[in-house]
Amino acid sequence: MRVAAPAKPSPARTEQIIVFRICGELFAVSSASVQEVRSSDSFSGASTEIFAPGLRKVRHVVRRGDRSLFIVSGALHFDLPPSPGTLAFVLRKTRTALLVDGIEKMAAMTRLQALPRSFCHEERRWYRGLTAIDQTVIPVVHPEGFLSPEELALLDASMPPPVNRDGESTEGTVVAP
Amino acid sequence: MTVSAELELQSFVLLRLGERRFAVPAGQIAELVAPCRVFKFPHRTSQIEGVILRRGRIVPVCDVAETLTGKRLMSRRLYLLAVRHYGAQTEWVALPVTGECELINAEMTVAAESDAPHVAGWLSHAGDVIEVLNIDAITPGPGEMHAEGETTVALEARP
Repeated sequence: MRVAAPAKPSPARTEQIIVFRICGELFAVSSASVQEVRSSDSFSGASTEIFAPGLRKVRHVVRRGDRSLFIVSGALHFDLPPSPGTLAFVLRKTRTALLVDGIEKMAAMTRLQALPRSFCHEERRWYRGLTAIDQTVIPVVHPEGFLSPEELALLDASMPPPVNRDGESTEGTVVAP
Repeated sequence: MTVSAELELQSFVLLRLGERRFAVPAGQIAELVAPCRVFKFPHRTSQIEGVILRRGRIVPVCDVAETLTGKRLMSRRLYLLAVRHYGAQTEWVALPVTGECELINAEMTVAAESDAPHVAGWLSHAGDVIEVLNIDAITPGPGEMHAEGETTVALEARP
């Protein structure tokens, strides 16, 4: 009689995350949510200044075709001391490029715990939940949580007019019928 | 003591916050744990100090001393893990306490309408009149929530 081979334990489902730093604080983001990681310097030539009243965390916007990418200071978003940020994470399916101070490591997350319900303010929009990596609890950010629909509307309304090839603003230009 | 009087007695955990003592029904206490590392990260719920890791669970630490005594705790010895209700569901919340905790049996007088919302009742013990805390009222929760549509169950990591 043949004895059935013991069933192999199925490997734990994991999600690859990027653990990053802003002002010494650790955060994580799903690596699948990050479309590009760029040096913040590489944006400086292509970006335009923007000023939206009451929204200090966005100071620059990058135009990519017909799409605008808002550069969000992670430090100001999380009420941390101002930090210039050396890297920018372009977040997939959003209009956000997040400025961070550096990447700590890549890791595999096996469990994401929902944010305890005692946390009951803006942080519920900021975080997907909490995870423990090497016995350290790290919040996992929500890529859509950096700019709310209201903030995006405010930024769109504050967008500087597009510049034509001659470097002149097209604001007020009447297009011939 | 008569049988009927015995039936009125309930178990309470007495905790100390600075100079004052408070009580919590023993059925709402999950565990008493030694001081451990509090992990902090940015958030905007001022009553929450951070979280601790306990038996694989991430438990928020809520310092209720300032609300109850007017002073923040300068020293702490233990965390009392209390059960906080959110509708039909429950979660643990860690309350930092100073001094010893004590399990007693006492009869509770239910709070009057004029009492503060965090007072579930009163009991008399060793010559003191002690407030019985309503954990759901003294710790933050969805009643204060600004955001909506949040996840309410633990999420498994997506592949």
